[in-house]
Amino acid sequence: MSKVRVLVGTRKGAFILTSDAKREQWDVAGPHFGGWEIYHLKGSPADPDRIYASQSSGWFGQLIQRSNDAGQTWEPMGNKFVYDGIPGTHQWYDGTPHPWEFKRVWHLEPSLTDPDTVYAGAEDAALFRSSDGGQTWLELSGLRGHGTGPHWQPGAGGMCLHNILLDPSDPRRIFIAISAAGAFRTDDGGETWRPINRGLRSAHIPDPTAEVGHCVHHVAMHPSRPGVLFMQKHWDVMRSDDAGDSWNEVSGNLPTDFGFTLDIHAHEPETIYVVPIKSDSEHYPPEGKLRVYRSRTGGNEWEPLTQGLPQADCYVNVLRDAMAVDSLDSCGVYFGTTGGQVYASSDAGDHWAPIVRDLPAVLSVEVQTLP
Amino acid sequence: MIRVWLPAHLQNLARAAGGEVEIEVNGAVTQRSVLDALEARYPMLRGTIRDHVTQQRRPFVRFFACGEDLSHEPPDAPLPEAIASGKEPFLLVGAIAGGAGPRPARPSA
Repeated sequence: MSKVRVLVGTRKGAFILTSDAKREQWDVAGPHFGGWEIYHLKGSPADPDRIYASQSSGWFGQLIQRSNDAGQTWEPMGNKFVYDGIPGTHQWYDGTPHPWEFKRVWHLEPSLTDPDTVYAGAEDAALFRSSDGGQTWLELSGLRGHGTGPHWQPGAGGMCLHNILLDPSDPRRIFIAISAAGAFRTDDGGETWRPINRGLRSAHIPDPTAEVGHCVHHVAMHPSRPGVLFMQKHWDVMRSDDAGDSWNEVSGNLPTDFGFTLDIHAHEPETIYVVPIKSDSEHYPPEGKLRVYRSRTGGNEWEPLTQGLPQADCYVNVLRDAMAVDSLDSCGVYFGTTGGQVYASSDAGDHWAPIVRDLPAVLSVEVQTLP
Repeated sequence: MIRVWLPAHLQNLARAAGGEVEIEVNGAVTQRSVLDALEARYPMLRGTIRDHVTQQRRPFVRFFACGEDLSHEPPDAPLPEAIASGKEPFLLVGAIAGGAGPRPARPSA
């Protein structure tokens, strides 16, 4: 019988939640790396028992951990992230040039085909790759060096590369996103990059349609249709049908088009999920009601999903990497909150129930569907 | 034999239960030679106490010994004889941290 494994990164450790395909009874394992911030952990599609984790702390810096047994035991891998060549500068909050400084890894993306190849998205924004299972890391410096890097600025959460999407139909194509620079694409395996932000409009920057400078919160792609991208921007939910060459807004009837996370149904590429969040600084659900919004039309027309979610006095946030789906016949949808709840729906969002309620603030949620 | 006391998180990382580890240091006993020997014995600690490239102490890690804060001493200055002889441990301490820093506030996003 199939199994589901939910990998949860929190402010104070990692947790692994497992269930059979019914998704009714859950085993909760953890905390792993208790007391450390686990920004992200993700399993290899080519070897699901291999899991990579980003472990960091303000005291002791960045570590990369790897498990070869589905998270039961872990080994520290290499943690030397050095920018290629002269790091150069980006813009600081006050507009002055600021040298690139490595702070942490926000996102780990294992290769679709090779368990030893994994990408790491860093703050200050850069993309690193390991080809030896995480022991050594090399920067794909064409991203920072393509020309717009000196104009990138940190968002409120830092200047982080938080999104890495590998195109299953073309191993040389990778999409990444940076707050607050925008989305970028390579078509040659990471050698050369270009911004893909045409159509994004950010009202409060000097040039609202600038080539870079947009605070992209999250981008998602359905593996069956890698040319179609959905984006939750700081404000606006956006859609691209040409691999990011142009974007159109699909916020439609959402109660607020601000939010952090977004994901796509495993079997219906036009069914997408967002969690609208009140902003600019509140960062909690409108009206204290935690609602996932689902569009079955690829955007514009949205319906609130509320069954099993708190509909009063709820003031948590759902962060950018904190939603994921399983690929069972009835698609499961999962998300974690800054209040420590991980909610699951085994019927594509119609009904929700918490798997756990009292974890540390959830930073990331990934799901593995196992045979 | 040099005694080095590790903070709890680094004890766990190094799988060194009990707080103290003992390491051999050849030549002069300095912060640098102690940390070099510690990282050679426990390579998973590389980058957690000082920067990989600049070798600068991480800001929230402090070096204490014999009742003194040696964090700002030059890395090649000799450590006290009591450390070199193993009579006292060289303490690596995770600093108490809090309050506002010099940089703009950075809320989680």
